[in-house]
Amino acid sequence: MTQYATNFLFGIFPYICFAVLIVGSIARFDRDQYSWRSGSSQLLRRKQMRIGSNLFHVGILVILFGHAGGLLTPIFIFDALGISHGAKQILAMAAGGGAGILCFIGLTMLIHRRLFDPRIRNNSSFGDIAVLLLLYAQLILGMGTILISAQHLDGDEMVKFMGWAQGIVTFRGGSAALVAEVHPVFKLHLVLGMGLLLVFPFTRLVHIFSAPIWYLGRRGYQIVRMAGR
Amino acid sequence: MKIRAQIGMVLNLDKCIGCHTCTVSCKNVWTSREGVEYAWFNNVETKPGVGYPKEWENQEKWNGGWERLANGKIRPKMGGKARILSKIFSNPDLPEIDDYYEPFTFDYEHLHSAKESETMPTARPRSLISGERMEKIEGGPNWEEILGGEFEKRSKDKNFDGIEKKIYGEFENTFMMYLPRLCEHCLNPTCVAVCPSGAMYKREEDGIVLVDQDKCRGWRMCVSGCPYKKVYYNWKSGKSEKCLFCYPRIEAGEPTVCSETCVGRIRYLGVMLYDADRIGEAAAVEDTQDLYQSQLDIFLDPNDPAVRRQALKDGVPQAWVDAAVKSPIWKMAMDWKIAFPLHPEFRTLPMVWYVPPLSPIQSAADGGQIDWKGGIPDVRSLRIPVAYLANLLTAGAEAPIVSALERMLAMRAYMRQKAVLNEPIESLATNVGLTGDIIEEMYKLMAIANYEDRFVIPTSHRENSEDAFDLRGGSGLFETAKPHPLPTTAGGAGK
Repeated sequence: MTQYATNFLFGIFPYICFAVLIVGSIARFDRDQYSWRSGSSQLLRRKQMRIGSNLFHVGILVILFGHAGGLLTPIFIFDALGISHGAKQILAMAAGGGAGILCFIGLTMLIHRRLFDPRIRNNSSFGDIAVLLLLYAQLILGMGTILISAQHLDGDEMVKFMGWAQGIVTFRGGSAALVAEVHPVFKLHLVLGMGLLLVFPFTRLVHIFSAPIWYLGRRGYQIVRMAGR
Repeated sequence: MKIRAQIGMVLNLDKCIGCHTCTVSCKNVWTSREGVEYAWFNNVETKPGVGYPKEWENQEKWNGGWERLANGKIRPKMGGKARILSKIFSNPDLPEIDDYYEPFTFDYEHLHSAKESETMPTARPRSLISGERMEKIEGGPNWEEILGGEFEKRSKDKNFDGIEKKIYGEFENTFMMYLPRLCEHCLNPTCVAVCPSGAMYKREEDGIVLVDQDKCRGWRMCVSGCPYKKVYYNWKSGKSEKCLFCYPRIEAGEPTVCSETCVGRIRYLGVMLYDADRIGEAAAVEDTQDLYQSQLDIFLDPNDPAVRRQALKDGVPQAWVDAAVKSPIWKMAMDWKIAFPLHPEFRTLPMVWYVPPLSPIQSAADGGQIDWKGGIPDVRSLRIPVAYLANLLTAGAEAPIVSALERMLAMRAYMRQKAVLNEPIESLATNVGLTGDIIEEMYKLMAIANYEDRFVIPTSHRENSEDAFDLRGGSGLFETAKPHPLPTTAGGAGK
């Protein structure tokens, strides 16, 4: 990979993706909130939802928070806690692998349902199918990285990714060089992951932003409003 | 005390002929769009039957409405807030579209394009969801019309609970009635309570329960929460939709479309004042049979000057207080006690009430086959079992139903005497706790049922309502409403 490509994909592309994610989401929320929805198809077919959707969502949430926590927590915190880099890598592989398997089973069921149930297929947009397949590819790549990681358990590769991710979010130049030499599967996983952020505002993925956890804090149950407010 | 006003409705089932005009006019106005073709904000069911969607009254199956906990508080039967959120990825309490019915059209085009053949060409059904051929239509919005289908299936009707129902499957003993249903615009709506987005709300000024189409994220808990199954998930738009009580019309002082078009004049609309601070208390009484009375208890008498003063102080406009004084709902629910809430045991404090139907027994009574009591036939020998009506309207308490039916029979007897013999018999009225004058008033409202008596709707105060200028060009439901694609015909544009 040329230095130019490395610098673009891992130094500039992340910012393009984040910019599109943020500006695109705000624009859609502001201009076309009516289209902002989870896009559930459970009404049309309950089959495969109970297991498929629960496994997929639980799995991917664990993976998402695992990535966020694992990549963005400064390494000195782990050092201070006395967790070796190798141990952290094993932890990441085990937790990510476990959640990945749950997610994989769930996603496989959801894709099967989406593609082969005529009710669902007929009412799927290009985006609905594309998002599932992109997530599937990303999940498989992510699971693939576990196999590669298993060949070097010292945690050094992982620290590179942490340095890269933290460099990107803190706007430090030269982060791309940190991941220049990693295995191509990692690189694909990174690029596709950023690509998911790029398509995020234009798909049903936006419902993630609306996860209604605030409901737990609602006082009482009822909502009364004056019209037009 | 916090006084709020609510537009309520009463349906006089005694006069419903099951013509479905309400249903069709509602469908044409609100749900003739892709995604909600299966949804009927208003429908008319033939009872006894499992209804639409199937077995909607069975909350052991659907977990709708509220349940009372050991500590005397109520919470949605679906569970507390954390439990509801845990159902968000896949909601086990959500009906599948087949529990309503699979919407379909017919291949009309084939009638025009079929080649010459020995037999007549037919228009076969096609699913509006998958677009595939349907070999057999398994259900529809009114599948049990006039007792259609086997008694075995219809008898799963929850209102048969505690009734020896077998004999009603026999032809000689069979009975039926119509039940038009729409959103109850409850005082304690479960759909609002379980909506995690906070998209559902009750309007303060008239009590209409709505889904904010912009805020709805399609978590679909409302569909499960509503025990009447009157919130529908639009499978095309991914948003929930429900009966709007035709609020654009109500705001202009006009009746809902279903009420306006009712040929039997069975529907009444009027203002009720109630104490909003006592909703929780009223909904949480221990015995479900006390819920009817506890709801009556929070309604406030607009004839009481103190209530009127407090209402104005709490922000109810003068026109609404005036309308409350003339409310036909107040007369039927409170003065005469002939209207009842539908399934009060769901603890939602519904605001669409029903006058129970009489059933045809006059000739049997005249023939000496049925007992007479105080100049009217004994209502316990009516063809529709009182216990069935009680399960429908008072959580099984029979006394209020008996009293209401007696009053309606007394009204008939009294007016017949007056019209035929021109000598009204006051005892017919006093036997059922009324007076001749009250019966005349009942007769005017229920039998003559003039438009201006049935619908006493104050216009909304413009400073409280939505700016119509912002809504220009909209359909009233939301901006992007598209008409349902019409079936392909030779002349028209196809899908």
